[in-house]
Amino acid sequence: MLELVTFSLLNGVVYGLLLFMLSSGLTLIWSMMGVLNFAHASMFMLGAYFSYQLGRYIGFWPALVIAPLVVGAIGAAIERYGLRYVHRQGHVGEILFTFGLAYLIAELVIMIWGRNPIENRVPATIDFSLFSLFGTSYPFYKGLMMAISLGMFAFLYLAFKRTRVGLVIQAALSHPQMVSALGHDVPKVFVLVFAIGCALAAMAGVIGGFALLTEPNMAAALGPIVFVVVVVGGLGSIPGALIASMLIGIIQTFAVALDYSLLDFLRQFGVTVLRGSPFYEICSIKIAQAAPLLPYLLLVLMLILRPRGLMGTRES
Amino acid sequence: MRARAFALSLVAAAAFAAAAPAAAVIKIAYIDPLSGGAASAGINAQKHMIYLIDRLNAAGGLNGEKLELLSFDNKVNPQESLIVLKKALDEGARYVFQGNGSAVAHAITEAVLKHNERNPGKEVLFFNYAAIDPALTNEKCNFWHFRFDADVDMKMKAMTDFIAKNPNVKKVYLINQDYSFGKAVAVAAQKMLAQKRPDIQIVGDELHPLQKVQDFSPYVAKIKAAGTDTIITGNWSNDMLLLMKAAKDAGLKVTWYTYYAGALGTPSAIGKDGVGSVIQVSEYHNNALPEPDPDAAAFRKRFTEKDDEFGYYRLKTLFDMFAAAATKAKSNDPVKVARALEGLKITTTVGEAEMRADNHQVLQPMFVSTMSDKVKYDVERTGVGFKTDAKIDAKDTALPTTCKMQRPS
Repeated sequence: MLELVTFSLLNGVVYGLLLFMLSSGLTLIWSMMGVLNFAHASMFMLGAYFSYQLGRYIGFWPALVIAPLVVGAIGAAIERYGLRYVHRQGHVGEILFTFGLAYLIAELVIMIWGRNPIENRVPATIDFSLFSLFGTSYPFYKGLMMAISLGMFAFLYLAFKRTRVGLVIQAALSHPQMVSALGHDVPKVFVLVFAIGCALAAMAGVIGGFALLTEPNMAAALGPIVFVVVVVGGLGSIPGALIASMLIGIIQTFAVALDYSLLDFLRQFGVTVLRGSPFYEICSIKIAQAAPLLPYLLLVLMLILRPRGLMGTRES
Repeated sequence: MRARAFALSLVAAAAFAAAAPAAAVIKIAYIDPLSGGAASAGINAQKHMIYLIDRLNAAGGLNGEKLELLSFDNKVNPQESLIVLKKALDEGARYVFQGNGSAVAHAITEAVLKHNERNPGKEVLFFNYAAIDPALTNEKCNFWHFRFDADVDMKMKAMTDFIAKNPNVKKVYLINQDYSFGKAVAVAAQKMLAQKRPDIQIVGDELHPLQKVQDFSPYVAKIKAAGTDTIITGNWSNDMLLLMKAAKDAGLKVTWYTYYAGALGTPSAIGKDGVGSVIQVSEYHNNALPEPDPDAAAFRKRFTEKDDEFGYYRLKTLFDMFAAAATKAKSNDPVKVARALEGLKITTTVGEAEMRADNHQVLQPMFVSTMSDKVKYDVERTGVGFKTDAKIDAKDTALPTTCKMQRPS
């Protein structure tokens, strides 16, 4: 039992931090630019594919740095030559633009790397175990993932709360005219923010690529959960995103371990649902079976009860 | 309006007159996912269809008529499938091929049954090459449906016969996808293990949502905590790959009995990690014969991408049986072909194959095989392949059926 609880906690934290890695860039772009980037998970996917391709020639560690830089450059180009023009048409235009972009990137990936998952394995240089617990070895890359994720949090938090650039960026969101009147290049600030957001997603992709599967559907598969994190955490709040990711990771992991259904719960109170009853099917679903759906339940409840999320500062 | 309709009918008549002297073609409708998440399976099978139809046409077609392939994308969606089926029938298809998804197969078999009742003289046959819910050849069987893949129970029978001989198997964990197929696998495993090896403890019977789980680590922690030594799973595609990945990370040492570890990207993703511990049940694999089947070899020459694998050997058996039945019936009329198919026996490169008359389920040799890196022919150009542990003859794969076949008078 202790073993199961320990591992569930560990797995929950790791999964939560992976979610944070994925969603931090999205939160950043949203909070600083007000752009809901549907192509965010696509940048994650590009990070995974690029690092796989680069890793074959230059090794894992250089790829970990270069792949996010490449994706960041692509992000900058997207902002400069696409989003900037769409931005003038308001939020609907932006959402449609990034939505289309996500499809475009998925099709490009299929053209280049094919439909099936590629053989993106844990690179040999980091394929060893970090420690051993209850006879189960713990892979190093998961430790690395936690470290990178926490590093991202520290970077974002400090960069935006404690540096001058951060202040300029924050001011550029709410008072662009004023900031530009003070001599700052607001469009350039936006390019920078978008590029950093994309690069963060790509860095998550480098690790996520072999932690999960590297395949053309990975963006579509991870897209929804990332939005859950951002909404639950509070649109635009980086600490909120961290708390929400951990919460979702841990809830989901523990739910899987629970083999109880509503049937068992009712039995505690002496209520039995007969096999023939129309409610039998729904009452017999175990919590474990419903685990991956819990984040979405959380999303719906959060939107109804507290639309600004856990740490959000505004209603929209 | 009327003038335009008249013009259209003139055009149609002209087209008909022009087409008349040419030989008639047999239109084959292929309905499977060609876009979206399951497209890799649909596109791989489509390549088999193209190859096998070209081969048949090169040999003169069926009774002098050539085959023509019409492909339809159904996105593994039953409703979508019914719409494209209607389109296929309008285009004159008399043979429908489908495989991915038992839910889709149920929708098609019902629609075909209704169509045939209402349109005597224009009957359509449904050739199912991969939807393996047992119900399709039992309580939901009908005269127009023929299945060319072993169903869940037949594969589970082969699997459990093999497990029964292995005294090391003590604690089995069942983990399957939460839908009709996954549930059928779990039910069959529970029932057959209880009969063949009552001493085996089933330590878990898990159903997880279909293709929604990103991280299987919590499931693996549970499997490990249960003291599992053997896993039985019907998982396919990402659910299979991610499960095995999580197991590898946690250092889980178990034997895997699988339905689909040998196909569609799984070998690429598992690679060497599966050597010696991943077992599959299938009708063919690259080392089933001392040298590959000539069509498997020719297929691999024609389609050269990494994952172009002749994984649907049963489609070859299907086309061979189709041709034999049409020859026997001396006609390409679906009703006559269907009658000729009942009880038809052919010899394939792996042994005898037979189409059961009582429920339209094919009986073909099955192989239990283990992943190995010491094989002559690898799979998906990975360096690992499968080697045969046991071959089950066609007749030994048969199971009783509850089908009450209604034949047209």
